[in-house]
Amino acid sequence: MVVPYPLLSVQPMRGLVDEKIQVVVRNLPPALSVTLHSLHRSEDNDFWEAFGHYTSNDQGMVTVAKDASLGGTYEGAEPMGLLWSMQPVPGSRTGLRLRRIDVLTPMVVHISVYSGHMAEGFSKQSPLAIVVTERWYMAPGVCRIDIREHGVRGTLFLPPGPGPFPGVLDMWGGGGGLVEYRSCLLASHGFVSMVLEYLSHNKNRNSDIESTTYFEKAFRIVQEHPLVMKDRVALFGLSLGASVALNLAAYSKDISMGRIKCPLMLVVGEDDQNLATVESAKDMTQMMRAAGNEHLLTNLQYPDAGHLIEPPYTPHFRASNFILPQTRQKVMVLWGGYTKPHADAQEDFWEKSLSFLRQHLYPSPDSVLNAKL
Amino acid sequence: MNSVPVLTVKPWRALFDEKFHVVVRNLPPTQEVTLHSLHQSEDTDYWEAFGHYVSDAQGRVTVAKDESFGGTYEGVDPMGLLASMRPIPGSRTGLRFRIKEVHTPMVVHISVYRGHVSQGFREQVALASFVTERWYMAPGVRRVDITEGGVTGTLFLPPGPGPFPGVLDMWGGGGGLVEYRAALLASHGFAAMALMYLFPDAQKAATIGFHYIENAFRLLQDHPLVASDKIALLGTSFGASVALSLAVSETVKPICCVCISGSHVLTLKANQSIAESFKVMKEHVHKSRMDENNCIIWRDTLLPIPEDSDLKVDVGRITCPLLLVVGQDDTNWAAVESADDVSNMMERAGNSHLLTTLSYPGAGHLIEPPYGPHCRACTFVLQPGQQRVVVLWGGLTKPHAVAQEDSWKKILDFLQEHLCHSVKPHVYSRL
Repeated sequence: MVVPYPLLSVQPMRGLVDEKIQVVVRNLPPALSVTLHSLHRSEDNDFWEAFGHYTSNDQGMVTVAKDASLGGTYEGAEPMGLLWSMQPVPGSRTGLRLRRIDVLTPMVVHISVYSGHMAEGFSKQSPLAIVVTERWYMAPGVCRIDIREHGVRGTLFLPPGPGPFPGVLDMWGGGGGLVEYRSCLLASHGFVSMVLEYLSHNKNRNSDIESTTYFEKAFRIVQEHPLVMKDRVALFGLSLGASVALNLAAYSKDISMGRIKCPLMLVVGEDDQNLATVESAKDMTQMMRAAGNEHLLTNLQYPDAGHLIEPPYTPHFRASNFILPQTRQKVMVLWGGYTKPHADAQEDFWEKSLSFLRQHLYPSPDSVLNAKL
Repeated sequence: MNSVPVLTVKPWRALFDEKFHVVVRNLPPTQEVTLHSLHQSEDTDYWEAFGHYVSDAQGRVTVAKDESFGGTYEGVDPMGLLASMRPIPGSRTGLRFRIKEVHTPMVVHISVYRGHVSQGFREQVALASFVTERWYMAPGVRRVDITEGGVTGTLFLPPGPGPFPGVLDMWGGGGGLVEYRAALLASHGFAAMALMYLFPDAQKAATIGFHYIENAFRLLQDHPLVASDKIALLGTSFGASVALSLAVSETVKPICCVCISGSHVLTLKANQSIAESFKVMKEHVHKSRMDENNCIIWRDTLLPIPEDSDLKVDVGRITCPLLLVVGQDDTNWAAVESADDVSNMMERAGNSHLLTTLSYPGAGHLIEPPYGPHCRACTFVLQPGQQRVVVLWGGLTKPHAVAQEDSWKKILDFLQEHLCHSVKPHVYSRL
């Protein structure tokens, strides 16, 4: 009797975090129930997994990008479901959030195919085949530099090449600390990006970061870097970082939307349970309309997406643990959003953000919207 | 505002045998540019390639579609920036590109320069540049040193519980332990063992023979993660002769056999040491020739192909599928004539249905996994004795690159077909 040897392929095996993967299984008998499973061990040693139930076709193939998952942590034809629908394995600690700290090494994900439609007990069963894939924030040649200058703390990421490059000042939210992965990814896409620490876990530090001067200093560090084009620096802010960015853009302690002179992209999730971003976006639009600078504004609004709209294909968490920066108290925060719409929002927002940055920072000779890189 | 050219290479990190896509955007239209690749080898030599392009009306150069008008490669050649690499001017002579450390990638800098540049790249500032990595080992592939049972080799295992089909991988007369092809095979799902069977120490070499190769085969078979009934043989040059000798023996049962740039004229008989089978070569060494650059041509040493089948591997007794890969410009081994004779012998014996021959015009002896630089002549260390000579391997860069790309794909398909059993619709199996 011929015993077929299932062949599982994942392309690319080493990709950037925002790159799509193609997962294909071949050499199965036709009409066989199988489960595709992903597994990742985080830097905190928690295990995250996702799975989808499939049936092989007449040629004995399963093609994740085209075939519908019949159940699991995601349903339907979802090319990236094995990544964005990951959740902590049963028995894990609660309130977990997956965030990469070390950007010099990749996230390693094991993709396996199992016989039958399984929903649990993956670690007790032998898969038919496994492929290991790496998801990188850092493209080859990107350089990471600690910044400790004039009291400013941050991390700078440089793309490979002679430059000069456009720059980005990247600011995260009220969780504080130094969150490097988005800047690293931006550098992988050709931007010099500095992520700025402005809320330290060290209480003593925060007294240094009192005024707009700190942020202006940080902006100048990016602007004046020898590899950066002085007149092409953008601001990228999430949550509290967005408020800081708006503040800087208007050059004033009081945000006056009418004084914004540069193109502005607002990204909000309609199920944001953390900040009243939807209402704020509406109000900002009205202010800009009244001031006559609404033509600078692009609004991206995503139904059923939550607060934490991040680069795509990493897991969504509706709620997670959060350490209040001032008191160090551990609480559980509801961010909002539902897995599938939130994943779609992340994929769409990231593509549009990169296009927006390229359009304004990397103009092409014919000055129209650049094609997707 | 002036536009800034943007260079992208996808995928950024690829397997060695994967294609990449190089695109330059944001150039002025109809701008002359040069695309350039640079790699510093483990021996700290620099290798480079370059192509001359003209941007289109949208200010774009797409290497996969646009024509190179000159450089180290011409025409539409998506992989020319890798496959046509050669040592930079002023390098040592006789260099051959080979990677020993397979855990780390080959790092290549791809740059775009203004104008059609052919030299002095170091003195110019590129418009943009990018770094790409070329890997022999996929994530999760495991490397295991093999030293049991007197066998020396390196085993590469794919990730997962197995069992995996196995490949015994044997290189040629240069000796040593050449790992990269086995690492790449493991990246494609095979448990591949690179075998060292030519040792520099003459005393040890005298003890290595047919039984050693048999032991290596059995060692691979017996490995707990290897499917013992699914082992293939893969040999290059002298390794191909060894593979053929093993394939016709009754003692082991390979599922299939791939022979690259080899010959059945050199045999390894049971109870014979490899040193002894090399003696045949020594008897014919007077047939060596030199080309105009004093590079050795050894191709005539096996010619004429003997009529007497006692002097050849009896390929009429092969019972497994056999794939022969030969370059028609092979100046090292009479591989083409040998392949013809193998075909005749198998016709007469009635087993020619097992034979597939891939014969490539303009390709030389060193037919390797694709997209690495080609070497027409390079330094070679004779075993045993360690004498350094310069050998002419043959082949011209472009047709040789074509041969490598095509043959590797067909070798992988051949191995998959025979080791992994494609499922026919009417065959069911409960897993």
